[in-house]
Amino acid sequence: MSIGIEHFLTVGALVFCLGLGIALSKRNAIGVLMGVELMLNAVNLTLITFSRFATSERPIAGHTFVVFIITVAAAEAAVALALAVSVYRNRETVDVDQFNLLRS
Amino acid sequence: MSSIDIVGPQLAVLLAAGVVLLIDALLPQQRRLLPFVALVGLAGSAFWSLSWAGRADWHPDAFGGTLSLDQYALFFYFLFAGITATVVLASVDWVNREGRGQGEYYALVLTTCAGLMFLSAARDLITIFLALELSSIPQYILAGWGKDQKSSEAGLKYLLLGAIASALLLYGMALLYGVTGSTLLDDIAQTIQTDGESYRSVLILAMVLMIAGFGFKMSVVPFQMWVPDVYQGAPTPVAAFLSVGSKAAGFAVITRIFFIALPATFLSDDWAMIFAVIAAASMTIGNVAAIVQTDIKRMLGYSSIAQAGTFLIGLAAISVHGDEFTLGASGVLLYTAAYAFTNLGAFVAVIAISQKIGSDQIKDYAGMWKRSPFLTVALAFCLVSLTGIPPTAGFWAKLYIFNAGLRADLAWLVIVGVLNSVLSAYYYLAVVRQMFLGDAEDGMTIRTTPSIGMALGAATLGVLVFGIVPMPLISAAESAVEIFAR
Repeated sequence: MSIGIEHFLTVGALVFCLGLGIALSKRNAIGVLMGVELMLNAVNLTLITFSRFATSERPIAGHTFVVFIITVAAAEAAVALALAVSVYRNRETVDVDQFNLLRS
Repeated sequence: MSSIDIVGPQLAVLLAAGVVLLIDALLPQQRRLLPFVALVGLAGSAFWSLSWAGRADWHPDAFGGTLSLDQYALFFYFLFAGITATVVLASVDWVNREGRGQGEYYALVLTTCAGLMFLSAARDLITIFLALELSSIPQYILAGWGKDQKSSEAGLKYLLLGAIASALLLYGMALLYGVTGSTLLDDIAQTIQTDGESYRSVLILAMVLMIAGFGFKMSVVPFQMWVPDVYQGAPTPVAAFLSVGSKAAGFAVITRIFFIALPATFLSDDWAMIFAVIAAASMTIGNVAAIVQTDIKRMLGYSSIAQAGTFLIGLAAISVHGDEFTLGASGVLLYTAAYAFTNLGAFVAVIAISQKIGSDQIKDYAGMWKRSPFLTVALAFCLVSLTGIPPTAGFWAKLYIFNAGLRADLAWLVIVGVLNSVLSAYYYLAVVRQMFLGDAEDGMTIRTTPSIGMALGAATLGVLVFGIVPMPLISAAESAVEIFAR
């Protein structure tokens, strides 16, 4: 059996769903971030797969997209960790369940 | 050189951001100049856009087709420059009082503005994603800018949900790229037109994921959970920026994507239906939740969800065929502009009042008429415009967008919209009644500072002028959407 486009796409879809599940169910803010990273990497895998097996004249677009996603994800993670530290200083926790100051 | 000219409006804003940072670092004594420099940058950007409008020399596919300079982008350049200038003016007092990081604050606001401008001009999936993040990441930081716990909590909450939304959006874009083989919106449209029907189900999945990603930015149901929390926790000038800036950009980009890349009839009927359902749900849920709020910032948060639902009627109206194909899109633009003036005005008035009375509770607004007639009249006028009562810009925008809905045979949606307007009158006018007829516990008068007065005056004047003579705005919106004409 040869490994084809459908195998890569299936792995990508599975990892994406796992990441989404983690991001929505984790109570720790850092855990949510890890779920988001999984989702982004699943997207990268999917883009690379389409780029590799594409028949179009611009297959490079998928690769370019991945490079940008990796860079932006790093920037986003830096800001996220800074905000998490700022919350931790005030509250001594980064549990999203404990985010209860904002209520009507 | 000519390519630099094309992104001139954005570069002017980014240059101002750099200058602000330099002044803050090198000339700490001159910090009071910072808002002035920011305003000069925004004015430069507006003049550059004006010169493009004068030249009427359009570049629909600059930078290899990734950016476009057209009437549509220019409409939003003016809007974003205006919004950002108002936000800068409204922030001055708060930033001075806060003391720290003044240069960074204005630099982040200006960077967001540049991101929003790029977003309205982007014509390629990669550029759209980058512009979206360029506008979002500074906003996450700004939402967590305040010293109190609520603000950092709001910032982290906004970031986590925003990151999940961008991941969903990216997966949708990856699928769209996979089936069409291109990231350029025009190429995507062409591929779908020729053989899109064979992979219709993948396209629908991609569309749903992209609507989820942008739905977060536009704050429509079911991606609205963050709105009241973040508006309440974030510094009020930042909440004002989020409520109009990122929402307007969300609508700008989603309108462009769906009208340029996905207008094929076998798809548009599906997404028009999705938008119609989301519109009805947003209007109803937003308004019902707004009625019970006691905090005015949370109330404005829920009301902005309901307003976003009204915007979506314009997108749902795609199924108007023939010459009036773009009626819904011009409705979205008109509503975006009218809403931007109105909501900014309301937020600026809230900033001015809350700073002085130290409370966001609606009951503390009682008797405000005796304490500050100017603020009371301005806030009341903006709330009347949000309800959609003449002679305000909000009235014409609502009328126009409901008309688009009727032409697209969406009578049920328009009825839901009208009923929701009546419902929203209840809580908007309750605040007005409280301010004029309530008894003040504390008779101290509230003085407004010049910067707040200017911001509020500009926003309210915009609402009034376009309420009396709406034609210039309507024709600007209509000529902006000519780029979608088939």
